[in-house]
Amino acid sequence: MKISKLATVAALALASFAALALASSAAFAQTIKIGFITSYSGLNGNLGPYMERAVRLYIKMHEKELPPGVKIELITRDDTGPNPDKAKQLAQELVVREKVNLLAGVVFTPNAMAIAPIATEAKVPFVIMNAGTAVITTRSPYIARTSFTLWQSSYPLGQWASKKFKTGYTLVSDFGPGHDAEEGFTKAFTEGGGKMLGNVRVPLQNPDWAAYMQRVKDAKPDTLMVFIPAGKTATAVMKNFTELGLDKAGIKLIGPGDITTDEELPNMGDVALGVTTMFHYSAAADRPANKAFVEAWKKEYGANETPNFLSAGSWDGTAMIVEAIKQQNGKLDPDKTMEIFKNWKFANSPRGPISIDPETRDIVQNEYLREVRKVGGQLANVEIETFATALKDPWKELQKKK
Amino acid sequence: MILYVISVGLSVTMGLMGFINLAHGVFAMAGGYVFATSLGRLGLPFPVALVAAFLFTALLSIALERLLYSRLYSAGELAQVLFTIGLIFMSVAVARALYGTLAPPVFLPDYLRGQVHVLGRDFPTYRVFIIVFSFLIILGLWFGVERTRWGAMVRAAVDHRAMAQSVGINTRLLFTLTFALGSGLAGLGGGLGADIIAVQPSYPSEHLVFFLIVVALGGLGSLRGPFIAALLLGIADTACKYWVPELGAFLIYAATIGVLLWRPMGLFGTRV
Amino acid sequence: MNANLTGYTGDPRIRLTEWLPWIVAAAAFFLLPEYLALGVRILIFILFALSLDLILGYAGIITLGHSAFFGLGAYVAGCLSAKAGVSDPFVQLAAAAGAAGLLGVLTGAVILRTRALTLLMLTMAITSILLEIANKWTSMTGGADGLSGVTVAPILGAFKFDLFGRVAFIYCLAALFVAWLLVRRLIYSPFGAMLTGMRENTMRMHAVGAPVYMRLIAVYTISAVMAGVAGALLTQTNQFVGLNVLGFELAGELLVMLILGGVGRIYGAFVGPVVYLVVQDYLAKQFPEYWYFGIGFILVLVVIFAPGGILGLLDKIRLGGRSS
Repeated sequence: MKISKLATVAALALASFAALALASSAAFAQTIKIGFITSYSGLNGNLGPYMERAVRLYIKMHEKELPPGVKIELITRDDTGPNPDKAKQLAQELVVREKVNLLAGVVFTPNAMAIAPIATEAKVPFVIMNAGTAVITTRSPYIARTSFTLWQSSYPLGQWASKKFKTGYTLVSDFGPGHDAEEGFTKAFTEGGGKMLGNVRVPLQNPDWAAYMQRVKDAKPDTLMVFIPAGKTATAVMKNFTELGLDKAGIKLIGPGDITTDEELPNMGDVALGVTTMFHYSAAADRPANKAFVEAWKKEYGANETPNFLSAGSWDGTAMIVEAIKQQNGKLDPDKTMEIFKNWKFANSPRGPISIDPETRDIVQNEYLREVRKVGGQLANVEIETFATALKDPWKELQKKK
Repeated sequence: MILYVISVGLSVTMGLMGFINLAHGVFAMAGGYVFATSLGRLGLPFPVALVAAFLFTALLSIALERLLYSRLYSAGELAQVLFTIGLIFMSVAVARALYGTLAPPVFLPDYLRGQVHVLGRDFPTYRVFIIVFSFLIILGLWFGVERTRWGAMVRAAVDHRAMAQSVGINTRLLFTLTFALGSGLAGLGGGLGADIIAVQPSYPSEHLVFFLIVVALGGLGSLRGPFIAALLLGIADTACKYWVPELGAFLIYAATIGVLLWRPMGLFGTRV
Repeated sequence: MNANLTGYTGDPRIRLTEWLPWIVAAAAFFLLPEYLALGVRILIFILFALSLDLILGYAGIITLGHSAFFGLGAYVAGCLSAKAGVSDPFVQLAAAAGAAGLLGVLTGAVILRTRALTLLMLTMAITSILLEIANKWTSMTGGADGLSGVTVAPILGAFKFDLFGRVAFIYCLAALFVAWLLVRRLIYSPFGAMLTGMRENTMRMHAVGAPVYMRLIAVYTISAVMAGVAGALLTQTNQFVGLNVLGFELAGELLVMLILGGVGRIYGAFVGPVVYLVVQDYLAKQFPEYWYFGIGFILVLVVIFAPGGILGLLDKIRLGGRSS
């Protein structure tokens, strides 16, 4: 009788232990869902895959680091270009229907702005892997950005340009990032002693370059700073620049690295030679982390493929997310996740050492001065100087001073 | 100016055939793609690429006309509008699938690049070329419609189809050929303009309003009309963008409304 | 496309089947809580389609410019909130309705003197002008970035728009209900009969001494007001306005929705958007290109083979069944 009682107690204990073990392992068999919104069609719609591929590659290469039983599910959606309305709708559905743990991606600023309130209301951390307008991160406390801001590239560019050129002109696409580029550059340029002869803003969709270029040509500045959405638009601008004879008129073309993106350089042809840009990432960078990154990319996706700055932003963003998953053992709490994001540092990014500014949740990184040169018969953005180290977003820094 | 070459085809089909073909831009786009592909990937010389654009589009239009358009000749305006919008959607999707969302690069031959010095100012050679070419087209068309037998037959058929048929004119064939000509011209225009107006999938819907404006301003059924209208519009548009870029395309629309209020039949229209 | 019996000669009392849409809506509210955001979109588009049907189906005015009113209403509501700080939803609606109505009257007076191609082109030109304004006046409209920061005060002080769209759904449903009653009233009245008359035979109407021009302006304005309200609803429920409200694609999609449902009959405007948006939600996520092709294709098919849309087909089946 005593033995049977003991046996019963033992059996019960075992059973409860088993149940607990099962329950906790069920808690460990976690799928982290990431709602990934980017552009696969529409304006510059070829850019989406550069982001998705980076995310998937990182996950593939680092899966083993995840806590046991935890896996990541990537749910992708096409926002069809700068369509804030659609982006918002997609984000809402991802949060309400698919119940994603995180939102990520986004090429275009307007889309990011539209998604911000959803992130706040639903308390879903939103990792911005591209959209570059400075003000975005202020739109929601659940946003962290691993890409860049236009001020980060345009302000130092203006500083550099003011030492080289006396007069300048800007030509930018008329939307968030364009305004940032124009303001950032102009401020630094004029602060450094340069004189701005004019600024023109061009419609985002299908502008007629000729008329604008002609205007610039007539003003005869020493340098023209251009910002347009990265990709094929840049090629069109290059063509028009030379075709209307601006290069022969002695005007030097400069801009943030968006105008000479790595994947588009081959299509630009020799007109791009000599264009100087300021940017945080070049696929031609020779630091070891980047060499490994590019090599892994080519191995996975083909020898003729190259990553670009969108890939870099997405790669690092995924690294940050994986870090958050590891630290929380697969159980993501939105506020804890944001804390981890805020204090995240990554010394081995393909672009050099980066970190997140805890005050602004925005990226802190180096800016490199680059020139388009022929390397091994191919055009490349060669980094000739590290112009700024651990640069925080200048716009926000300026706001603080006010 | 490109607008003219494209729009004259529309003026022809709408004015002479009474069919509201909003999908006209589709033919322009098709011609543009064919042109760019011929020039680029196939490496054909410039004139050949243009001819290819014209022929391909004309043939395409014949196929579409026989299969689809002809069913709707008497179907009323709404049906024609809807049908052609449907065509636009389909062709936009096809273009995207075949070519992606970005304009194919156009490599102009060297003799058309650079600038030409006229009356003390530099003009891009290519644009001058286009203006001259468009002028030749209008001359050719005018000659064709006013002076040839074909032109006379078309005019007769449009004025009174039954009568024309009773006189032995094969109106069916005539309409098909005229449609082919109009659409071919659109294709030609699309190709010619490929360097300036980027050929991308959104082409037919984006520029639709411009084609219609040129036709409506110029007046339906007139050939001179769209030419003058396109000339005026082209000049005004470039001037505006140069002097007052903030106003953008505004003035064009405002001017259109103004002119139409003053002369609802367009500048040279013979019918509404 | 115009063989329907819902004109003046029809019985104006509400038939039992006409309550069906409202029952379905109520059911959706309770049974499909995760899809309410989609439901809100559907309701807004039904309202928009209804407004288009008034002039397209009933008055026979072919326009591609209805987005102008929709977009204007959307931006007015948005700017009022984001720039002027007015967040009362009803004030926003009223402002949007007023602005759209004003635009309707002004443009109607101008363009309704023209016909066919010229009319069509003018409607497009007007929309293009508004699009240009929205694009350029970035300080007011946010330009290509769109206008965020649109706040809507809780309705009647108590109901706030939530992420799930519950409040938004009821709100839009109520608006649609009011519009529906209005439209019915209009159609089943001498005014409505006149609309049909104008569509069928304008010459005769002139001969009979009917003030055709004035009536056309009247219906155009009413339709504009409805479209403006629909636009404002979109802004309020999204708390955002973007340039696409004035785009060609939206106008084209609306046309497809209406034709799909059936033009010239009130419920075409109900059926069309439901079918279109539900199917789009299901299919278009992964392959937006094929979707676009598909709707173009369907439009062509419908125009050639089934001009009465879905309801037209149903009618044929019903009548066909009866006669056999």
